[in-house]
Amino acid sequence: MRHLLSTGDLDRETAVHVLDTAAGMAATQSREIKKLPTLRGRTVVNLFFEDSTRTRISFETAAKRLSADVINFSAKGSSVSKGESLKDTALTLQAMGADAVVIRHSASGAPHTLARSGWVDGAVVNAGDGTHQHPTQALLDAYTIRRHLVGAGGTADPAGRDLAGLRVAVVGDVLHSRVARSNVDLLTTLGAEVTLVAPPTLVPVGVEAWPCRVSYHLDPVLADQRPDAVMMLRVQRERMGAGAAGGGYFPTPLEYTRGYGLDARRLALLPDHAIVMHPGPMNRGLEISADAADSPRAVIVEQVANGVAVRMAVLYLLLAGEVSPAGGHERLDDRTGIA
Amino acid sequence: MTSGPTAPDRPDRRDRPDRGTAVVLGAPEIGRALTRIAHEVLERNKGADDLVLLGIPTRGLPLAERLARRVAAVEAGVDPAALVGVLDVTMYRDDLSRHPTRPIGTTRLPASGIDGKVVVLVDDVLFSGRTIRAALDAINDLGRPRAVQLATLVDRGHRELPIRADYVGKNLPTAQAERVRVLVEEIDGEDAVHIEAGEEGPAR
Amino acid sequence: MSSGTAQRYLLTGVAPLGGEPTDLLLAGGVVAAVGADDVRAALGTGTGADGGHGLDDVVTVDGAGLVALPGLVDLHTHLREPGREDAETVGSGTRAAALGGFTAVHAMANTSPVADTAGVVEQVWRLGRDAGWVDVHPVGAVSVGLEGASLAELGAMAASAARVRVFSDDGKCVHDPVLMRRALEYVKAFDGVVAQHAQEPRLTVGAQMHEGVVSAELGLAGWPAVAEEAIIARDVLLAEHVGSRLHVCHLSTAGSVELIRWAKSRGIAVTAEVTPHHLVLTDELARDYDPIYKVNPPLRTQADVDAVRDGLADGTIDIVATDHAPHTREDKDCEWGAAAMGMTGLETALSVVQQTMVDTGRMTWADVARVMSTAPAAIGRVEDHGRPIAVGEPANLTLVDPAARTVVVPERQGTASVNSPFRGRELPGRVVATFLRGRATVLDGQAVDRAGQHAGQHAGGGVADVPGVRS
Repeated sequence: MRHLLSTGDLDRETAVHVLDTAAGMAATQSREIKKLPTLRGRTVVNLFFEDSTRTRISFETAAKRLSADVINFSAKGSSVSKGESLKDTALTLQAMGADAVVIRHSASGAPHTLARSGWVDGAVVNAGDGTHQHPTQALLDAYTIRRHLVGAGGTADPAGRDLAGLRVAVVGDVLHSRVARSNVDLLTTLGAEVTLVAPPTLVPVGVEAWPCRVSYHLDPVLADQRPDAVMMLRVQRERMGAGAAGGGYFPTPLEYTRGYGLDARRLALLPDHAIVMHPGPMNRGLEISADAADSPRAVIVEQVANGVAVRMAVLYLLLAGEVSPAGGHERLDDRTGIA
Repeated sequence: MTSGPTAPDRPDRRDRPDRGTAVVLGAPEIGRALTRIAHEVLERNKGADDLVLLGIPTRGLPLAERLARRVAAVEAGVDPAALVGVLDVTMYRDDLSRHPTRPIGTTRLPASGIDGKVVVLVDDVLFSGRTIRAALDAINDLGRPRAVQLATLVDRGHRELPIRADYVGKNLPTAQAERVRVLVEEIDGEDAVHIEAGEEGPAR
Repeated sequence: MSSGTAQRYLLTGVAPLGGEPTDLLLAGGVVAAVGADDVRAALGTGTGADGGHGLDDVVTVDGAGLVALPGLVDLHTHLREPGREDAETVGSGTRAAALGGFTAVHAMANTSPVADTAGVVEQVWRLGRDAGWVDVHPVGAVSVGLEGASLAELGAMAASAARVRVFSDDGKCVHDPVLMRRALEYVKAFDGVVAQHAQEPRLTVGAQMHEGVVSAELGLAGWPAVAEEAIIARDVLLAEHVGSRLHVCHLSTAGSVELIRWAKSRGIAVTAEVTPHHLVLTDELARDYDPIYKVNPPLRTQADVDAVRDGLADGTIDIVATDHAPHTREDKDCEWGAAAMGMTGLETALSVVQQTMVDTGRMTWADVARVMSTAPAAIGRVEDHGRPIAVGEPANLTLVDPAARTVVVPERQGTASVNSPFRGRELPGRVVATFLRGRATVLDGQAVDRAGQHAGQHAGGGVADVPGVRS
């Protein structure tokens, strides 16, 4: 794999290698001097057709910590808003010599189109495409879960380990969530058992082919399955109630919160070691209460920090390798040998 | 790779067949060299105070640990484990784009850190000097030692940078294309230094 | 146009509808003789039919191994003119049709301006007549501007020179049940038919592909089968209630086949079409987000493909229509969500039908003639196409070499666009020749324009090399 487009493309060995590399990166980030010279002279373009300050800053930080040159290309106010096509934008970036293009796009599959088109030579990193995939989010989630729950309950080095036997509940708007799709693929590849919890309107038709369980009820999942990690998904305000197509995916925010919000009562149902996750930004009081978001078992802020390490690892693995005569890089999954 | 017939104490490498492997150092020579280096380090630095031995992965680390044990054997009250650290230089290399992606290793400093210390870098083979340059950069990001010195089991020549070792186990003239391979008990199950005939591609 | 050609064609050893090989003589715009003896008599020569007749005005086509079919009739073509001449013109699209074995096509109304007035349909009809590749029968819009609000002047279009009989808002669904009822009733006055693009719009807002396992994984908004089936169910009941003819365009789901089967069992005057691409391609092709496979209705599952094949074989589905939908490169050279829906099909339709239905033993060539010529001509009330291959019938014919195999290269096709989903695929069958009222529009697999005909330099005993013509 020259690109990171979908967690579905990662096998177990590759995924573990990315997590191990991220651990190596994280170790450098507690130092006084966090910047490494590793990608000096390489150019990383953040191509954001969709606003996402958090993800862009995370990728930008990761690239800069590795000394890559970073170009931020935001669609807003640029030629894209004047009707420039993805193709012409890509050709422009290619002319500028981008070694990697980190792309966020509202159209599912846009990163695949970019990678398949030949418009750019560099590595393509999917930073979220439509309602399809957000692979670095899933990698940072897996990294966070592994750090806390693998290796004597997070006290021993989990290097080389996967997530075998862990149970993860992913709760909320699965239908529109690229985070959910990426996590189902990656966490199951790493050996975890995933249960999706959502009202039936927010579960996609065709979910039966996914390697996970689906429940419409949160309480029994928490009480009976005893998940090791609970991942709350953001609920988009525009999908709610009156005004939305068909009257919205659920009757009212209150009814959603009653059925699917993580509050103090539900928090108490969790095993002691369980962690609470959220990809951010949170709707406090809707899918997650302040009690849950601020509880000691919430690792939400740490997810953000881990995002930088994971994205450093991805950029390192895609960019630091041998430059082939065609201008491409070594395949990520060819290089999993541990010295 | 196993060793060939019993190697003579000082093999005449000109006589060995092309593409063959010659054992140029065995376990006793390696042991003697490390003991000598340990004494030289102590002599030069007037004891083990403020001494830190940083092994460069992979085989520099067990060599650093052995040096520490030898130092501790000579200097009373020295805890060998407290002397040793490991310094991964992967992310400081200048040749990343010339090789397949290298896995990131671990960096671990002794609890006392390296500020104001005498850091002795320990590596198995000194060749172009680029690894040591990367190590100096890495050290620079980690702190400010009082001095940095270099110990290597084998110096095979062909330097590409103005770098020299302070302590050398064995000077080993080689051809550019030849490969020098250091085997250590902790990793390879035996102690030996091999020279292998060159193949295409950059030598290590 | 109306005058017959002076050129006569002797087709030797062709197999009408795949039956016993025989000779055909085309003269005066009609089939002048069938069978070696009659051909000899008509030519007034004593020589053998397989060459050496020595008549200068007769071009002999060695038809050994070729199947003769009535010229194909497409009930569903997008010629894009007026408005999107960058994707296709009446000239390029009808040349593509001739190369695909067609002698008549129905040009859909979603042009710019929309074909919702007598003026526009007459313009398209004249462009087709002037191009001369096939007969162009414009389809009239059901509603003004395809907006689904009020009826277009259906009567004026029916009474125009274009003699419109098929009305459709194709590309959009006539979703207002009252408007649909009125249209079904109104077209009875001139024996018209409403061809419905069955797509419940509220169930398909932003839809990108078939809703199912693949869409769930790809995160593309789903186009559920029920959005098609719900409209078909409603429309067959409306057609029954008002006693009108209904035609269902590009039916794509197993459920739709069941509904049509049920409606026909009740005696409802419904006909249905399937496209070649829905006979062979599935939603799995969307997996690498190549918008060449983005089409409306979307590619469905293998179960749906099997069901539409069954429906076509057992007669539930009456016809195959191409839904030939050319698009410019820029409309396909982009991310899936931004890409236009549609794929070309005129030049691959017959091959796909051969591959999926004939080579599999599910249909005969006579069946192919029915579903690609006779039945669509009947639905569109096109009188001089889809006729038997018999003496005195209009010489609208196509000759197919079923043994040939061709790799599809869109750049070499007659259509002006290259959005064929069959690029690089090897398909069976090749259209060797097409005759429109006795005049060759295609010979030796190459398009022949009127100038080519007038040159008339084809020596007897074979087919001269005629270069393809770009208009």
